[in-house]
Amino acid sequence: MKTIKILGTGCAKCKSTHANVLKAIDEANIQAEVIKVEDITEIMTYNVMSTPALVVDEVVKIKGRVPDVSEIKDLLA
Amino acid sequence: MFDWIQFFADWLIFGVFNIAEESRLGISLSFFVYDTLKILLLLFVIVMVMGIVNAYFPVERLRDYLNRKKLYGFEYFFAALFGSITPFCSCSSVPLFIGFVQGGVPLGVTLSFLITSPLVNQIAVAMFLGFFGLKATLIYAVSGILLGTFGGWFLGKLKLEHLLTDWVKGILANAQEKAAYEEEKRTFIQRLPAITREAWDIVRGVLLYIIIGIGIGAAMYGYVPEDFFEQHLGQDKWWTVPLAVILAVPMYANVAAIVPVIQVFVAKGIPLGTAIAFMMATVGLSIPEGTLLKKVMTFKLLAIFFATITIFIIISGYVFNLIL
Repeated sequence: MKTIKILGTGCAKCKSTHANVLKAIDEANIQAEVIKVEDITEIMTYNVMSTPALVVDEVVKIKGRVPDVSEIKDLLA
Repeated sequence: MFDWIQFFADWLIFGVFNIAEESRLGISLSFFVYDTLKILLLLFVIVMVMGIVNAYFPVERLRDYLNRKKLYGFEYFFAALFGSITPFCSCSSVPLFIGFVQGGVPLGVTLSFLITSPLVNQIAVAMFLGFFGLKATLIYAVSGILLGTFGGWFLGKLKLEHLLTDWVKGILANAQEKAAYEEEKRTFIQRLPAITREAWDIVRGVLLYIIIGIGIGAAMYGYVPEDFFEQHLGQDKWWTVPLAVILAVPMYANVAAIVPVIQVFVAKGIPLGTAIAFMMATVGLSIPEGTLLKKVMTFKLLAIFFATITIFIIISGYVFNLIL
């Protein structure tokens, strides 16, 4: 099972990233644990400088923008 | 350049909606459609261009540049310049701040970036271009970058590192691990849809504010007497610039709505310099950003930071009024 983390302090872009992730795993039928990381101290341990960021199994895949559903599916495949 | 929009607006209002061409309502509506379409188009184009620029110069690369190169004092200028091309989101200001100081960029240089990033942003630039023209926009952008350069340099000279919060000091103490970042591997064509979508999202996000702003502006235009502000808030009153700056601080969220209203103020006699100072304070000094920055700065540092920008903006306002 994959662990997907969405890093972001709760702005609108972070929310749409979260929504897209949920949609992607639902559509692709992937078992994954989705965690929203909103604590800035924890976010900074991933060394990202722009949010939202998408972390799959502890690897930062996307930062500073909202990925669309198909892109997330590709990342998880 | 925008004649075709005017043509379309006239056609829509006078032709399709059949409103008399000489009527006050007809003229107002035609202006409204023209202004809104022109601004939206400018905004979309500017956001697209910025999106493409940013796809090639992500903040990580900018940080490494500021970090590695010996820039002989120009690092403040470059930080401010980079700040102006990076799209600003107040929720990213803390990660940016930490990322910069963690990567070894001096505090003053980081602050140069942090001052300019909201001050010269794509929405403000597009709105300015649409309502005040190229010359005023260039003055706005160039002075915003200079303000960031000198503001950061000045704050750097004050040696304020001890006023950072303990959390940041802890990060600084065990920093210096070279942050590797993955280069984007997707090609330009692959990225274009995402850039376009983002640009569209930004335009859609401010659409309502622009319409409200233009609406208020249009309503005011007809009812505020000519030269009203010139008599009451003209250039001979020294306190107008500080007053405008202080009034602007709580107005952050509505930058798109504010420019169309300011334009009416200018048309009715407020000096352009005062208006630019007001704009800068609107976007450059915001309470929401301040609350976020409290994570990394002690109250004292935050107060010094805000006070410095405020004073610099007020000075710029006076300079603009002298030269414009």
